[in-house]
Amino acid sequence: MSNNVTMPQLTAKDFASDQDIRWCPGCGDYSILAQVKKVLPTLGIPREKFVFVSGIGCSSRFPYYVNTFGFHSIHGRAPAVASGVKIVRPDLSVWVITGDGDALSIGGNHLLHAIRRNLDIKIILFNNRIYGLTKGQYSPTSEFGKKTKSTPMGSVDFPLHPLSVAIGAEATFVARSLDVNTKHLEEVLVRAAGHKGTAFVEVYQNCNIFNDLAFEYVAGKDTRDDHMLALEHGKPLIFGKNRDRGIRLSGTTPEIVQLGGDVKEDDLLFHDEKANEPTLAYLLSRMHHPDFPEPMGVFRAVQRPTYEALVNQQIGAARAQQGEGTLEALFDDGETWVVN
Amino acid sequence: MSTATAPTSGARNIKTVQLDEIVIRFVGDSGDGMQLAGTQMTNTTAVFGNDVVTLPDFPAEIRAPAGSLAGVSGFQINLSSHDIRTPGDQVNCLVAMNPAGLKANLADLEPGGILLVNEDAFGKVNLQKAGYEVNPLEDGSLAGFRLFKVPLDKLTTEGNKGSALTARALGRCRNFTALGLVYWMFNRSLNETLRWIDAKFGKKPEVAQANANALKTGYYFGETCETFVENYQVPKARIAPGRYRKLTGNEAVALGLVTAAKLAGKELFYGSYPITPASDILHQLSIYKNYGVRTFQAEDEIAAMTSVIGAAFAGALAVTGTSGPGVALKAEGIGLAVCTELPMVIVNVQRGGPSTGLPTKTEQADLLQAVCGRNGECPVPVIAPCTPGDCFNMAIEAFRIALEYMTPVMLLSDGYLANGAEPWMLPSEASLPKLRVQHPTAPNSDGGFMPYLRDAKLARPWAVPGTPGLEHRIGGLEKEDVSGNVSYDPLNHEHMIKTRAAKVAGIAKSLPKVEINGSPTGGDLLVIGWGSTYGAINTAVERCRRNGMDVSSVHLRYLFPFQQDLGDVLKRFKRVLCPEMNLGQLSKLLRATYLVDVMSLPKVQGKPFMVRDIAGAIEALMKGNNGR
Repeated sequence: MSNNVTMPQLTAKDFASDQDIRWCPGCGDYSILAQVKKVLPTLGIPREKFVFVSGIGCSSRFPYYVNTFGFHSIHGRAPAVASGVKIVRPDLSVWVITGDGDALSIGGNHLLHAIRRNLDIKIILFNNRIYGLTKGQYSPTSEFGKKTKSTPMGSVDFPLHPLSVAIGAEATFVARSLDVNTKHLEEVLVRAAGHKGTAFVEVYQNCNIFNDLAFEYVAGKDTRDDHMLALEHGKPLIFGKNRDRGIRLSGTTPEIVQLGGDVKEDDLLFHDEKANEPTLAYLLSRMHHPDFPEPMGVFRAVQRPTYEALVNQQIGAARAQQGEGTLEALFDDGETWVVN
Repeated sequence: MSTATAPTSGARNIKTVQLDEIVIRFVGDSGDGMQLAGTQMTNTTAVFGNDVVTLPDFPAEIRAPAGSLAGVSGFQINLSSHDIRTPGDQVNCLVAMNPAGLKANLADLEPGGILLVNEDAFGKVNLQKAGYEVNPLEDGSLAGFRLFKVPLDKLTTEGNKGSALTARALGRCRNFTALGLVYWMFNRSLNETLRWIDAKFGKKPEVAQANANALKTGYYFGETCETFVENYQVPKARIAPGRYRKLTGNEAVALGLVTAAKLAGKELFYGSYPITPASDILHQLSIYKNYGVRTFQAEDEIAAMTSVIGAAFAGALAVTGTSGPGVALKAEGIGLAVCTELPMVIVNVQRGGPSTGLPTKTEQADLLQAVCGRNGECPVPVIAPCTPGDCFNMAIEAFRIALEYMTPVMLLSDGYLANGAEPWMLPSEASLPKLRVQHPTAPNSDGGFMPYLRDAKLARPWAVPGTPGLEHRIGGLEKEDVSGNVSYDPLNHEHMIKTRAAKVAGIAKSLPKVEINGSPTGGDLLVIGWGSTYGAINTAVERCRRNGMDVSSVHLRYLFPFQQDLGDVLKRFKRVLCPEMNLGQLSKLLRATYLVDVMSLPKVQGKPFMVRDIAGAIEALMKGNNGR
């Protein structure tokens, strides 16, 4: 409480709240919560400066489980609530926790606009490709044809791809990770926290009740190496258990090639997360299982002024030019006249 | 209307007739600049020292087909040498720029009233568009009025001989030619408008010159044309001494909000999505950046609402402004604000509904939406200003309630208040209320910080992010009393529902007593209203009292909760009449709350009440009374 004491080194424990966690046993959310709690103390930000904002859904209970300021808002609106917080308090570290239904269905509009404004907020989207809290309807990321409670004959909705949407909305930071790959998730969260601007992170998250093993191809020990591609800035796109396959561009279309023989590493596509144009990031966001290994890591990380910085610059400029507004000046403005 | 006549000096023998009050209406195409001409007339008149009340009336379409009835735009001004409260029932002088404007407005012109028409616009095509088979300027149908046919287009062109502007551009100045003639007719000075033209078009000297020429041409035409044998003078009004400016309701809301922030030592956040007739509040607030005002044009109404919730959570004085359709979209967000018990203001500038309804017309049909329109037991205090200038006071009052009771507050304005203007005396800072804000800096219990531990007024503490040791989580799920933790306990739920209701009901203790205009001890009839009907109701009631009727009025600015003594006041009168621009929403609330047999006087035409609408209803009731 005192101002004179230097900040003690916090640990993950300091970020645990006193509330019982009510996610289903075995839910992927536990792992994400653990990694977030692990990352927060490493950021050099006092605990009281964190604000976690969420919408509705299983993932959106998250703020109750971290001992920071938290706001559990209404369905889909977390990015808008977070925008209000960040515009008036740019000093706060603002995190949005959302899910595939919350962010891309009911809250699609707010997600797009928060991203294009590039507010310095961190948006973590738990994608489990299903509606959990409402007990098992298909979501905007569910596969075409998926049989769920609300689609007994299979879904005829074509799915959205979160990262493609974010890139289309002019995102400055886009990344993907996986709940069970804790080390990778931790690295991606650290990168997102360090980005000055909207950081959009899709986390593949297993719902063991309504959509179990949806991401087994990238989570399972035996399959993951052949079905994921770890992105590294400046490095060629290589994957596979033996790191013997790569992605090459054929015209404007990516193709999988076998390394060795006449295909050299230099023939492959090289990752550039800092590319000004989002073309490469978008192309990577379109690579899907089972046709391609799915890229994991940072797709895009570019710099653009943040919305709240620009807003507050204008406030500062107006104050510098006109001086701090007074009530007298507010009232006595424009044409006035005196009645005696 | 007229009292005395006196000859004026000058080459011609022109009489200047003294009038107490005059109602002028400018009408034309929505592209004819009628709102501008009306605003200029208002400014000039206010600066001169008349009391003035205005009623702009424009179509929802920016440019409806030229010459059509749908595209008619109007601006009515009541200027007076005494205190007035309405824009006037009957028009004394109608300025019609085209046949459609004439056709749509002639019925409101008094018999024998002054009718200035732009005869150049009465060609075959325009007549057809307005549905005239014969030219009304020639068939004698206007014989009951003092008709002046003025060639406004020709005058505008001739007054600008040698101008580099195109004929089309010059044509756009004809509203100033008409205004100049009106200035001559009502003895107004050109100076205010010439100054305005200079400031507005200073960077385009040829445009400034053309408008100034047009204004003067119109004025001199009045002075020299022998058709005009008299003009009119409305002496200054005797109004309270002080410095004044002209203010519309929307401007007054904006000023009130900025003032509230200053008084509270806070910065203002205004999250809004453009919507008629509320957008001007957004425009106005966006220029007050040096007051620390942050305006956020959100992606939709819901984002506007929820960004305001976020800003309030983070410690700002947060406001959203919209109209009825926007409030409908915000309803879930308002519920969240009620549940999280954060202070904020929701401004609803009401317009005609349902659905998109009549976007540019006025109505009071969102009262029940404001009081009841959310899921669950969701009490929100509702207050309403009664004049454009009162919008300033009530915006501050909204924040007073929000901050003292930690609650969202709904401020119900309407299109008539929003766009109507009146002289407003600049307040002294000392006359303004004090607004106190307290943010806790230390835990409020041995067990740590309890976000729902309440004070005597049942308000919870407003702890803002960034305060060490006060980290807490709130949201839309039901709270456990005191701790604010999520709770599904049935008895706790009922306790919280009752506590939130009691908190809002308790606001009544902080409200002033009901003011009765007329007989405080009671009588035959009480006329009760709320919002923008104030002027029409009070003027009608005072007129009826002068005619010997035992009638009083009460005008409510607090609609939820009501003032504590309201039930008692209602019961002092034999009968209660409630004029409203809806089908009886306040009547319904009064009947339900007090079991009083309130009679409703509804008017839902997108137009404000006329004084005669209400006076007529009072007279009819009183006659019935006497006959018994």
